Amino acid sequence: MTVDGSTQEPLRILPVGDDPGPTPAETGLEGERLRELYRLMAFVRAADAEATALQRQGELAVYPPLLGQEAAQVGSAFALDPDDWVFPGFRDMGPALVRGIDLAEYLDFDRTIWHGGSYDPVAHRFAPQCVPVASQILHAVGYAIGTKLDRRPSAVLTYFGDGATSEGAFHEGCNFAGVFGAPVVLFCQNNQWAISVPLDHQTHGAIAGKAAAYGFPGVRVDGNDVLAVHRATAEALARARHEGVPTLIEAVTYRLGPHSTADDPTRYRSAEEVARWEARDPIRRYRRWLGAAGVAGEAFFDAVEEAARALAEDLRGKVTASRPHPVEDLFAWVYAEIPESLARQRDEAVRLAAEGAAGAGEGGRRG
Amino acid sequence: MAELTMAGALNAALRDAMRGDARTIVLGEDVGRLGGVFRVTDGLLSEFGGERVIDTPLAEGGIAGVSIGLALAGWHPVAEMQFDAFSYPALDQLISHAAHYRFRTRGRMTVPLVVRIPYGGAIHAAESHSDSPEAYYAHTAGLKVVVPSSPADAYGLLRAAVADPDPVIFLEPKSRYWTRGEVEPGAGAEPIGRATIVRPGQDCTVVAYGAMIARALGAAEAAAKEGISVEVLDLRSLVPLDLEALAASVRRTGHAVVVHEAQMTGGFGAEIVARLVEDAFDYLEAPVARVTGYDTPYPPSSLEDHWLPSADRILAAVERVVAY
Ligand SMILES: Cc1ncc(C[n+]2csc(CCOP(=O)(O)OP(=O)(O)O)c2C)c(N)n1
Ligand SMILES: [Mg+2]
Repeated sequence: MTVDGSTQEPLRILPVGDDPGPTPAETGLEGERLRELYRLMAFVRAADAEATALQRQGELAVYPPLLGQEAAQVGSAFALDPDDWVFPGFRDMGPALVRGIDLAEYLDFDRTIWHGGSYDPVAHRFAPQCVPVASQILHAVGYAIGTKLDRRPSAVLTYFGDGATSEGAFHEGCNFAGVFGAPVVLFCQNNQWAISVPLDHQTHGAIAGKAAAYGFPGVRVDGNDVLAVHRATAEALARARHEGVPTLIEAVTYRLGPHSTADDPTRYRSAEEVARWEARDPIRRYRRWLGAAGVAGEAFFDAVEEAARALAEDLRGKVTASRPHPVEDLFAWVYAEIPESLARQRDEAVRLAAEGAAGAGEGGRRG
Repeated sequence: MAELTMAGALNAALRDAMRGDARTIVLGEDVGRLGGVFRVTDGLLSEFGGERVIDTPLAEGGIAGVSIGLALAGWHPVAEMQFDAFSYPALDQLISHAAHYRFRTRGRMTVPLVVRIPYGGAIHAAESHSDSPEAYYAHTAGLKVVVPSSPADAYGLLRAAVADPDPVIFLEPKSRYWTRGEVEPGAGAEPIGRATIVRPGQDCTVVAYGAMIARALGAAEAAAKEGISVEVLDLRSLVPLDLEALAASVRRTGHAVVVHEAQMTGGFGAEIVARLVEDAFDYLEAPVARVTGYDTPYPPSSLEDHWLPSADRILAAVERVVAY
């Protein structure tokens, strides 16, 4: 028995093989916007590779690479209005870059400088990075309901993975979104894996198909097709904003790298599978079309490559210059006003830090 | 005797338990094909097959609730929560059901379930990967709470937990996963509910458990150089608590320092201090001190060394208490 949706052909705009695909005019996007999509994807890839390298060199504690998911992340974030809010997961540096967030401030999370990252979430309308899988979905739905109560014509988009669709929080979020007509887009990056668990072990049915039970559209889109992702997201955002109709988008993509820099994917998946998806690289695919359709030429691609290199270098400089906060910061934002008992703890921690006592760990300085 | 890491000892305990009882099964996120993110379940899938070593969907409430159902059906599930903070979606099932089934059914239905949780900090991890949630569980009547500090205890206590007729929250101090120690092959279960003196002393008792034992021992070593003889008591089990061993040690030393990594307020240390006041008041020569994590969320790990009880902070508390 197949459940409706699992086999639904994903929305696709870019050609897969030799088929010429759409004309630029048919995409509904101007040339400069089409080129911008490429530029952003190339920048995201360069930043992602740099972050992975920084982790290998000990500059980040851990990093979850998004390699292979650039089209899903950039195409969707590119459809957002500046007023729309984003509630990300932990593998979403692409949307952060599209939002104009300083990526070193984004990576301060992985450098363990501050939880969630150092960027200003309010200024960027981009919530702190979120580790407990699926928990952010409910926040996005609640924020969207609040926006609707305020009669504000903006929408909310939340990112999560295929694994997240198993959590109760996902289902509760969908249900609230449907019941309250929340202006929200639930954007699932189905990258086929949740650490070592493959999709068919995560759900026996379909991801996009789950939306039907909650009473709103579920859309399956080729997540390695940046134009299709952009269109599906733009339509979903418009439905959210103007009609109060939520949408579940399933972007079918692939995590080409390890789950995180601490993971060894050779323990659970084959090199052939990875190679199959490498052949569907979202950036190469888009570049081929841009060239063939006459939207961009070699000079453009060279310039982007050069700019991406510069971006990565700049990122490296900023990340490696980022330093831990003073210990008193740990106590500053636990409550609006610091209780006396906590102030005493703060004073002790500050005094010990001044004496250089931290880091003594098991042995002790005097041990 | 074999030298094993704590992760290796836990792995051996699971393997031996599964060999000995065909109804013992393991389930959780990434426990099968991957062998667990800490490799504690490594090799179990190939030995016992996919019906007894189950990679579950990503849903902790589901893992806990389904494990309760399996236990009610006569299976002996050992469920893994991938990290401390990810056990929170399971709290509803563990508090309202795992802990209460025996009580609600007047003993007719029981939940012999083990929930393994890698816990605690000091591994330079990202947010939500370093919590110490023992007080939530210890506060829940009906749950046992066990915390080994060495490979040998990890083996023996996990064997006991699997054999236990009640639900056991088995907290594994993840910063100790890779430390080695002697484990007797085929060693049996180590009874739950008994503390152990890991270093005898006369002047002050340091009460601790889990990863804090190593730091307490570091402090004891430093104290010895100053002429203070510290006894380190490893509780090993928070529920049931070895009241006898706790009171006996402090009656002898007259001084106590309680150490845990979790935040101070409402932490398990408060329970220990209260018990000491109730059971050994006349023997106490000084107020009991607590050395704990501060009352903030677990910090970004660039600052965790400032937050975690260090051997120095423990030593300072020992000096203060002894000099009172
Ligand atoms: C509640 C919770 N449980 C477990 C984890 C550990 N964990 C981190 S990511 C992950 C897999 C997530 O898979 P998916 O939702 O598909 O996202 P992806 O990693 O593929 O981007 C797991 C199990 C977690 N972060 N939160
Ligand atoms: Mg995934």
